[in-house]
Amino acid sequence: MAIWLDKNSRILVQGMTGGEGTKHTRRMVGSGAQVVAGVTPGKAGQDVDGIPIYDSVQDAMAATGANVTVVFVPPRFAKAAVIEAIDARIELAVVITEGIPVHDTAQFFQYSQNSGATRLIGPNCPGIISPGQSNAGIIPSDITPPGRIGLVSKSGTLTYQMMYELRDFGFSTAVGIGGDPIIGTTHIDCLEAFEADPDTDAIVMIGEIGGDAEERAAAYIKDHITKPVVGYVAGFTAPEGKTMGHAGAIVSGGSGTAAGKQEALEAVGVKVGKTPSATARLMREIMSKA
Amino acid sequence: MDLYEYQAKDLFGKHLVPVTPGEVCTSSAAAHEAASKIGSAVVVKAQVKVGGRGKAGGVKLADTPDDAQAKAEAILGMDIKGHTVHRVLVTEASDIAEEYYVSFLLDRTNRAFLAMASVAGGVDIEEVAATRPDDLAKVPVDALKGVNEAKAREIVAAARFPEAIVDQVVAILVKLWVVMVEEDATLVEVNPLVLTPDGLVLALDGKVTLDDNAGYRHPSHADFVDREGTDPIELRAKEFDLNYVKLQGEVGIIGNGAGLVMSTLDVVAYAGEEFGGIKPANFLDIGGGASASVMANGLDIVLNDPEVESVFVNVFGGITSCDAVANGILQALEMLSANGAELTKPIVARIDGNNAIEGRAILTDANHPLIEIVDTMDDAARRVAELAAARKAGK
Repeated sequence: MAIWLDKNSRILVQGMTGGEGTKHTRRMVGSGAQVVAGVTPGKAGQDVDGIPIYDSVQDAMAATGANVTVVFVPPRFAKAAVIEAIDARIELAVVITEGIPVHDTAQFFQYSQNSGATRLIGPNCPGIISPGQSNAGIIPSDITPPGRIGLVSKSGTLTYQMMYELRDFGFSTAVGIGGDPIIGTTHIDCLEAFEADPDTDAIVMIGEIGGDAEERAAAYIKDHITKPVVGYVAGFTAPEGKTMGHAGAIVSGGSGTAAGKQEALEAVGVKVGKTPSATARLMREIMSKA
Repeated sequence: MDLYEYQAKDLFGKHLVPVTPGEVCTSSAAAHEAASKIGSAVVVKAQVKVGGRGKAGGVKLADTPDDAQAKAEAILGMDIKGHTVHRVLVTEASDIAEEYYVSFLLDRTNRAFLAMASVAGGVDIEEVAATRPDDLAKVPVDALKGVNEAKAREIVAAARFPEAIVDQVVAILVKLWVVMVEEDATLVEVNPLVLTPDGLVLALDGKVTLDDNAGYRHPSHADFVDREGTDPIELRAKEFDLNYVKLQGEVGIIGNGAGLVMSTLDVVAYAGEEFGGIKPANFLDIGGGASASVMANGLDIVLNDPEVESVFVNVFGGITSCDAVANGILQALEMLSANGAELTKPIVARIDGNNAIEGRAILTDANHPLIEIVDTMDDAARRVAELAAARKAGK
């Protein structure tokens, strides 16, 4: 098992005929994921490497039984694309697109809440991978084999780095939840799912400055998580009021600091590594004892 | 992007939120002229993106144009909490009967928006929130439903505005929500919203934060970019379309992915503690692709920062393979040399991930005098801090 994405997942790609869409479709296929359809309005009947393109998510789902969509649509069309996927009641929508205006995200997030049918991951995220089973997004599939560690992270490259450092243990599922101020799936959602997943023994949680998601995750861990959790937080040296790459990575009015997040996690017994490598070592100790 | 008061008020005016008339001035002579035009007592207000300017002496009342000129003279060039005043706003002085607070903001925690309002305005609203939370109404705003007249009435009722001005405040809230949505703002704040003795409600101050991601919908927002108030290296990086933030330190940082770069800054700062407090000089994320030309632009920016003594290139090859990254670094240095740059600052490269062995081999074989390869991020951070400290000591 894994969380949200497994060998039975049938993936469609919105924006498959665009440059990034085509490139990452090939990578997903190459990693063994079942990519069954593409959606680009006006291009029904075409194909990408034999994968049929449809005009709408609804058509693609009806024809292929797709239950996951990966969205590569550019920012100005992203809201409409996500709402279309929600209207088609797809189970999982992974929004890779970076640079979506936050008013648009706030609206499609609320829309997904009202519908209740679709889990959103992202936007501005690398996606989700269950190594050896399926891959929805842009996370390289050759970093790590399957294993029993679950990973949730706001950052793409730190996800890759952590997977790489712990590749001898392997991962059940890694979820890149994204670095925007509003995201569809949070650290807490992932912690809850990993706690319930019989194939996950321990969890790595990577956070960064901005917002209070890590603090709330800490409170959740205290009350609901029995599996060992190791944490890492990036951005101790970030100055107040400056956006550090990710739209959501900003310390404002003294809140959202890395120190505050680390303190909150340590207060509930989560071991927090000082560097990514130190964090990997903490997880290594836990997995070696198991 | 945070706006200045005068820019925020321009947006308010555009969407018909009542504001006091005024003019932004960059010289004391212009302040004299603005005050003459207004023809009554004026307030001269420092334009800075930081709170507490009143207490710092950055807001002054002036009775005559000569007085306005003198006050502007005193305020222009003033340093307020590290921000130099380049402009003043000269506005008509309003008589104030009451001061209130209203705002809309992005509520990250609830993944929606929030309206806040208080009849105890004009003071530090954090203070009100902390000491008298009942006096600050907080009303969630659904992103899809927004703020119509009924919602505005709910906010006004929650904050207990006086009956006589309810209709005016409702109209202002509806218009401020229009500013929020149509300008793609993540914060619209009026503090204070004032009641004049003759019963008019006006926005006396304004604070707006715009969503940088929405810039493509608002070409005119580019005019709000504050060139004098931005670090010159940051401006240059922006021209290259690089994701760069200037910091105070000696180690230039280049990496791929925002999280990894933030992490790199931290690891360098820890390592630097051993070497007399060496710190990272910048944040620079060259993105997942990390092509040679982007690497060249990045190195160009970082090497030309006079504070930089050494450079740390920290790349994890996920999608990009490390051999491409290694070639990119070498090509970038060649491009810079070909353009006449004198390269003397040492570069420590840590490349890991996809094709890391090939990538390191390329750098080793090139045997470039400035490049050192270190296998792990922690060791590389230590080495680059050591090099920066040594060069600093040699000066």
